[in-house]
Amino acid sequence: MYQYDQYDHLIVRERIAQYRDQVRRRLADELTEAEFLPLRLQNGLYMQRHAYMLRIAVPYGLLASKQMRMFAHIARKYDRGYGHFTTRQNIQFNWVELEQTPDILSELASVEMHAIQTSGNCIRNTTSDPFAGVAADEIIDPRPYAEVLRQWSTFHPEFIALPRKFKVAINGAEEDRAAIAVHDIGLTVVRNQAGEIGFKFMAGGGMGRTPILGSVIREFLPWQHLLTYTEAVMRVYNQYGRRDNKYKARIKILLKAIGVEEFTRQVEAEWVDLKDGPETLTQEEMQRVIDYFQPHAYKALENIDYLAPHADNKAFANWVKRNVKAHKQAGYAAVVLSLKKTGVPPGDATAEQMDFMADLADKYSFGELRVTHEQNIVLADVEQSLLYTLWEQVKAKGLATPNIGLLTDMICCPGGDFCSLANAKSIPIAAAIAERFDSIDFQHDIGEIELNISGCINACGHHHVGGIGVLGVDKDGSEWYQVSIGGAQGNNAAIGKIIGPSFSALQMPEVIGRLLQVYVRERADGEPFAECAQRLGIAPFKEFVYATPIVEPGRLVGEDEYV
Amino acid sequence: MSEVSTHIANNAGQIIKGRSVVEDQWQVLRAPELPEGVKAEAEDIAALPVPAGKVIVPVAVWNAQREALLARAANGDIGVWFASDERPEPLKEDLAKFAVVAVDFPKFTDGRGYSIAFNLRTRLGWNGELRAIGDVLRDQLFSMQRVGFDAFAVRADRDIHDALKGLSDFSETYQASVDQKVPLFRRHTRNVGVNTGDAGFGI
Repeated sequence: MYQYDQYDHLIVRERIAQYRDQVRRRLADELTEAEFLPLRLQNGLYMQRHAYMLRIAVPYGLLASKQMRMFAHIARKYDRGYGHFTTRQNIQFNWVELEQTPDILSELASVEMHAIQTSGNCIRNTTSDPFAGVAADEIIDPRPYAEVLRQWSTFHPEFIALPRKFKVAINGAEEDRAAIAVHDIGLTVVRNQAGEIGFKFMAGGGMGRTPILGSVIREFLPWQHLLTYTEAVMRVYNQYGRRDNKYKARIKILLKAIGVEEFTRQVEAEWVDLKDGPETLTQEEMQRVIDYFQPHAYKALENIDYLAPHADNKAFANWVKRNVKAHKQAGYAAVVLSLKKTGVPPGDATAEQMDFMADLADKYSFGELRVTHEQNIVLADVEQSLLYTLWEQVKAKGLATPNIGLLTDMICCPGGDFCSLANAKSIPIAAAIAERFDSIDFQHDIGEIELNISGCINACGHHHVGGIGVLGVDKDGSEWYQVSIGGAQGNNAAIGKIIGPSFSALQMPEVIGRLLQVYVRERADGEPFAECAQRLGIAPFKEFVYATPIVEPGRLVGEDEYV
Repeated sequence: MSEVSTHIANNAGQIIKGRSVVEDQWQVLRAPELPEGVKAEAEDIAALPVPAGKVIVPVAVWNAQREALLARAANGDIGVWFASDERPEPLKEDLAKFAVVAVDFPKFTDGRGYSIAFNLRTRLGWNGELRAIGDVLRDQLFSMQRVGFDAFAVRADRDIHDALKGLSDFSETYQASVDQKVPLFRRHTRNVGVNTGDAGFGI
C-alpha cells in the first residue's frame, strides 16, 4: 500500500499545527462558531446531537494493521471503546472532545492517517472497490489513481469552498463495486482498443434529496489527463453550481439544469488550455505510485476444495458461500468480516474487535485490511487452506455472521440517535428488522438483497439504491418511514421507487416481511429481489403491503390513514 | 429608481500586501447595505457617484461611467472589483487601465472568487495587484495567495497582523496553482527513503 514520503508527512504535520491553532482560537473566542464550522468540517469534525464526531479518512478503504490498531487505541483513549465504519469507507468516532482532537490527529499522523476533507464543501475521500488488487474480475487496479487524486485534491486552493460536498469513486473491475453512478464523479479504469489505460468519466451522480445517476461525459480519457480534466470539471462546477439553496447545490443539479451536452461542452472548453499542462501525469510519477500497490509475495499454490474436509459443517458452508470471495491468485481467497451481527449497529466495531482484526490481518493477510462501502471489513489475501481456521477464530469474536449481501447485511446511517441532521432514528429500525429475520436459512433463501436505511434525505444510508430502501421522515414531529423498492448499485444502478404512504417504526419489520412474501411468490428462478421488483414494478408489492392493517401495539393506523 | 447613496467601505487604512501590513490609499466603492434578501438594482449601482481619490469601483460603475473615469484611470486612480458571480473575461481589454483589480468574497464560504483569481492570472494576463476584499479572514489567506492574490483587505473587525500568519500555514503543497505552477511530483524526486519512525508524532 502507499507509504508517506517526507512531503506527505510534512503536509500532514503542518495541517495539524494549523488545525491545533484553529481550535485554540475557537476556544479563546478569536474565531466565531460560524467561522470555525467550515474549518472543523474540513477536518472531519461534526457537532452531533450529544457530542463531537470525528471522521477519519481511510483512503479508498485500504488500511494497514497498525492503522486499525490506532483506531482501537483512539476508541479506548478518546471515545467510548468503539468506532463506526461508514459507507464512504471511513471511520468515525462519536464521542470525542474538541480540545482533544488535535492530539488525536497527531496520533493518527504517526500511522500516516488524517481527517483532511472528510467533510465540508470540498473534494472528499476518493472511494473504490474493496477488492481492488485481488478481485478475479479486475481489469486494472484503481488504487494508484485514487492515491494520485487524493494528493491532488488535498488542500487544492481553488476548490476548498465549493457549492457543496464533492465525492469521487473509482472502479477498475468488470463489476462495479464502488457505486460510481451515485457519485459526483464516477471513474472506471478501462483499456481502449490500442490497450492504453484511461478512464470512462462520469459526472453528476448523487443521492440526497434528488437522486440522479451520473452521465458519461467522456468515453475514454487517457490516464495522463486525469488531473487536468478533473480540474476542468471542478472549475465549471465551482463557478456555476448553485449556491442559493444547499439542496440544489450538488453538481448533479447543474448537469440536470444545463444538460449533459452543454455541461460537457463547458468542461471541454475549460480543458483546452489545461490539457498537457504541468498537472499532466508523467510515466515516472504514475509508476512511482503504482509501485506501492504491487501484488504481495504470494506462494505458488493451487486452488483447493476447502469445503470438502468440512462437508458436514453447514455453518462453515454458509460462511464460505456468503463471506468468501474469489481471488485472482490461485490458492487464495478474500474474506469479508461481517460488522452486521444482529443486535449491533451496522458498521460498529469495538476496540477489542479492531485489535483482533488487525492481528488477523498480520497473521493471514499481509497486514492489510479494507473497509467496504457496505460497512464491513475485508481480509483480501487469505490462503484457502487457512479459511477454516480463520473462520473458527472470527466466529468466536462475533465477526462471522454469514450474511454478506443478504437481508441483514444492511447499510445504515447513524441516524437520529447520533446525527443532528436526521429526521428519524435508523439503527433501531435496522435492529428490529435484523431481529425479525435473524434466521440464516431464511436469509439464504431470500438471497441477495440490499436493504439500505437512511435517517434523513441526505441519504447517508444509500436508501435510493437499496433493493429495499427505507427513509426516515419527520411528520408533525414524529418519526415515519418511507419505503422504496427496486433500487440497485453497481453496473445496473437504479433509483428505487416509493411504494406509498410511510409507516411507523413498529410496523417496519412487518412491511419488510410482506415485501419478501410477494417476492417469494413472484420470483423467477434465481432472480434476485431488486430485479424482480424492477420487472414487476411496485404494484403487486404495494397492493399486498397495504391490503390489511399492520397492527402494532398502541397504534393501529399509519400515516394518511391508509387502512 | 430607489435611492442609493454612496457608501465607502472602511478598510481600516491597512492591507496585507505581499507579506507585509502596509498603509492603503484605496477606497472600495460599494452599494449601501440593503435589508437582507434585497438586491441593489443594477442601474442604481451603475449610477453610484465615484468619490475623489483612489477608488476601486464595481464592474457596473466602470461600464456605465467608463468615459468619465478613463482620465482618472490613466492617472492610476481607478481600480475595479468583481463580484463573485461576475466573470472577468468581458473586461479583458480594459484590465491594463486599472491600477488594481479586486475580487469580492461576500462570504468566506463562497469559493467562486478563487476561480476568478485563477482566470485573471493565468488566462487574462493580469500581472498587477490582485486584491481580495470582503469577508477576508486569516484561515483563507493561504489558498487566496495560492490562486494569485497578492493583496488582502482583511475584514475590518479582525487583527490584520494575526491574519498575516495565515500566509505561512504550509511550506509545501501537492498541486500546481498560480503561485507554484509546477506540481510537487515534477519538482521533487519522491522515491526517497520513508521515515516511518514514531518520534515526534505524539505517541
